[in-house]
Amino acid sequence: MSEAKKSTVAVIDYGMGNLHSVAKALEHVADENTSVVVTSDPSVIDAADRVLLPGVGAIRDCIGEMHNTGLVPSIRKAMAEKPFLAICVGIQSLMSHSEENGGIDCLNHFQGNALFFGEQHKDHDGSKLKVPHMGWNQVKQTIEHPLWKGIPDNARFYFVHSFYVVPEHQEEVAGTCDYGLDFCVALARDNVFAVQFHPEKSHKDGLQLYKNFIHWDGKP
Amino acid sequence: MGLAKRIIPCLDVDNGRVVKGVQFVDIRDAGDPVEVAKRYNEQGADEITFLDITASSDDRATTVHMVEAIASQVFIPLTVGGGIRTCDDIRRMLNAGADKVGINTAAVFNPEFVREAAERFGSQCIVVAIDAKKVSAEGEAEKWEIFTHGGRKPTGLDAVEWAKKMVEYGAGEILLTSMDRDGTKNGFDLGVTRAISEAVHVPVIASGGVGNLDHLVEGVTKGKADAVLAASIFHFGEYSIAEAKQRMTDAGIEMRL
Repeated sequence: MSEAKKSTVAVIDYGMGNLHSVAKALEHVADENTSVVVTSDPSVIDAADRVLLPGVGAIRDCIGEMHNTGLVPSIRKAMAEKPFLAICVGIQSLMSHSEENGGIDCLNHFQGNALFFGEQHKDHDGSKLKVPHMGWNQVKQTIEHPLWKGIPDNARFYFVHSFYVVPEHQEEVAGTCDYGLDFCVALARDNVFAVQFHPEKSHKDGLQLYKNFIHWDGKP
Repeated sequence: MGLAKRIIPCLDVDNGRVVKGVQFVDIRDAGDPVEVAKRYNEQGADEITFLDITASSDDRATTVHMVEAIASQVFIPLTVGGGIRTCDDIRRMLNAGADKVGINTAAVFNPEFVREAAERFGSQCIVVAIDAKKVSAEGEAEKWEIFTHGGRKPTGLDAVEWAKKMVEYGAGEILLTSMDRDGTKNGFDLGVTRAISEAVHVPVIASGGVGNLDHLVEGVTKGKADAVLAASIFHFGEYSIAEAKQRMTDAGIEMRL
């Protein structure tokens, strides 16, 4: 009798704290054949079936820690070959460059930059908007994608960020959001998907996205 | 279409139980924090604030376990406040699953702590809690001052200037409680809420004084708050979160329904 193959989701721990809620949310939607492991071990990341790149805090520390921990080669390898999901600062770290901290070069998986909303950010009618963009905003799905399965278009997700990504290639945009300007909140290319919001804090729809990721074969 | 205003139920937790606000003398038991948090999550709360009002430090371990239990079952943002004095306290709560921590008295006595915390953990998780009281007399230009020790000790700090300073030091959000109103059920102090919300670029959560759903509406429409926090009106079943959201929606406020 053959046992069902156990599949592993590796949550990359590169020292940027609070991975508890990401891991708990994944475990909440994982079936008995899926195990979730929080790891900073390149061999565990290399052996995993799926990889999730979280991110909190400032981009300089984020990119700095990825390099300090020696995990960049494993991150690039995972992005080249298996289902890969980046969240929050994770999406910004995959861009070419970020304006934060005086300008930081990032991993350049997606071409384009992360820009600051600015402290004088205004809504379309000229009224003041708070920065960070914090709270529940609607996400417009601009493409069909396995990770959007079962999630209504314009569903609300939880955001907390002051920088937003501007990709060079419009065909890579998977979702947008409106906050004074229409900006990209999800990117997709091949086996890599990245979101600006926090699925692990976005109740049912966020959990659905994690569930979709756990079952994703990496095909767009 | 746009960013929704938030409704945040607050759990004041003493010795492992949710109790009515700090200002109430006749403390009424409102249940187990984990069960209460789950109920609000199911009702559609946008976030949950857990305020540890336990006096003894022995019970901090209990708080950590409760935060862990809530964070494992409730997938919306969780803020933990009360007794946060050091970066170790912050790390402990973030590791337990909190998304943000509320810093109150410690910020007043050591503003540099806010700067250090924001640099270490990111502004997104640093909420500075401000307890303000009106100090201007009737007919004078309105003025509010920061108070500590549950509103008993004045500090001489102007509330609006203090809020601006805290944002400059790295606060990602301001939780503003009117000590005049807390526990009165007469509604928020809309003057100080609006003054601070217009003075800073980060979100402001209005707190203190909610007695009915119209008070929540006013907090946003007149107080210009980005989020409204309430405890007792939800704890004892007077109103559900869903009813509150409906009232806000009817008033033309964008909500996550």
